Amino acid sequence: MAKERTFRSEAIVLKRTDFGEADRLLTLYTREKGKIKAIAKGARKPQSRKTGHVELFMRSNMFFAQGRDLAIITQAEMVDGYAALRGDLVRTTYAAYAVELLDRFTVEEDRHVGIYNLLADALGWLAETDDLMLAARYYELRLLSQTGFQPQLFKCVACGEPVQEQDQFFSAELGGLLCPACWEMDREAVEVTAVAVKVLRYLQTRKWETVRILQLKRPLQHQLERIMHHYLTYILERSLKSVDFLRRLREEAALFAPEE
Amino acid sequence: MTTNALPQPVNRLITEFARLPGIGPKSAARLTFYLLRGGDEQALDLAQALQDLKERTQFCSVCFNITEEDPCQICADDGRNPNLLCVVEEPLDLLAIERSRAFNGRYHVLHGAISPVEGIGPEDLKITELIERVKNGHFTEIILATNPTLEGESTALYLTRRLKEFDVKLTGLARGLSVGGDLEYTDEITLGRALEGRREM
Repeated sequence: MAKERTFRSEAIVLKRTDFGEADRLLTLYTREKGKIKAIAKGARKPQSRKTGHVELFMRSNMFFAQGRDLAIITQAEMVDGYAALRGDLVRTTYAAYAVELLDRFTVEEDRHVGIYNLLADALGWLAETDDLMLAARYYELRLLSQTGFQPQLFKCVACGEPVQEQDQFFSAELGGLLCPACWEMDREAVEVTAVAVKVLRYLQTRKWETVRILQLKRPLQHQLERIMHHYLTYILERSLKSVDFLRRLREEAALFAPEE
Repeated sequence: MTTNALPQPVNRLITEFARLPGIGPKSAARLTFYLLRGGDEQALDLAQALQDLKERTQFCSVCFNITEEDPCQICADDGRNPNLLCVVEEPLDLLAIERSRAFNGRYHVLHGAISPVEGIGPEDLKITELIERVKNGHFTEIILATNPTLEGESTALYLTRRLKEFDVKLTGLARGLSVGGDLEYTDEITLGRALEGRREM
């Protein structure tokens, strides 16, 4: 099938690297074509009409000309800059995490409007919420569902029996909960308290508007984070740069000021 | 592009050129043959320049700019205001500010910016050195002249947090419209900041 010479799409900037004299090579998640790479010519010059519209995490309307290998952005107009993500290092890191995760879970030129809408929503949540950890967990579960890795939280993945209200185990390898009788099926499985199971199920099945009012205690938040990172690291087979960065940021925040 | 048909020294130079950013195997071969055909002087001058680049430059121990002598000319210049400090990401940014001729203080080069995306943290930059310098110096104002990018602004924010314990005025560069620009094509963030920073005429 021949490629059209020009196309337009809303797009979110996932990554950008300097290219040539004054250009930028962007990795975009577009509404119409999924993940693509595109060149923004002259985007490093302040006089460029595109400069302020193709910065990281921005959602913009873009026009493209299809080049031989890469698309070239001919026009860009910002729809939402998620300004609040830029004024706060912790928020920025969470946004970087959201974007890095999506980048790892997707391949180029694979259109998926559900994922596009999820990312657009997630950047909005991260820009406004007071509970970044909760928003991150919610986003992770949604992304896992969209990409076909939704964890089984209602039945034991080994024996198939419905999960009882008690402490369980989470197996990354088997992709869900293991009941106390079956936990030996995966020696790497991590413990999950009964209340954490409840929260995970709640996040997996409700809308953000309902989830956002949850008030979770710190130890529970950290437990949820451990479980999700355990699962995500297993699927992606490596850890994420932004997770490591967040950990360093937390260590330092503990040294200097109670910032987070 | 390397092949047995060419002598080894030619192949080697092609390989070396091809490692440079923005140069592919075809350009590398063209450059190599240009030098091969050209006069001896040109090729040897280039060789000498490359050698000097590595052997005769170092980082200034005060501001971490690239210099031939330590401390660098700017740090050694008594005519410059010792109470004014400008913090930049890269040596090229320092050069850009020098070209503006609007600044007559001292510099500090961070050699990068904090980037959660790239995993570059504060400890990867010359930030500890900056804090030490501010602690022991007598600066009245520190200008945080990082790039107006996500990374640059994160860095400026981080530095503000670390430097506010010292009795020194912290400022950032104004954000606004570029010379020869067009309001119609300006993004909302820049235009908003330009309005915030408007001044009386």
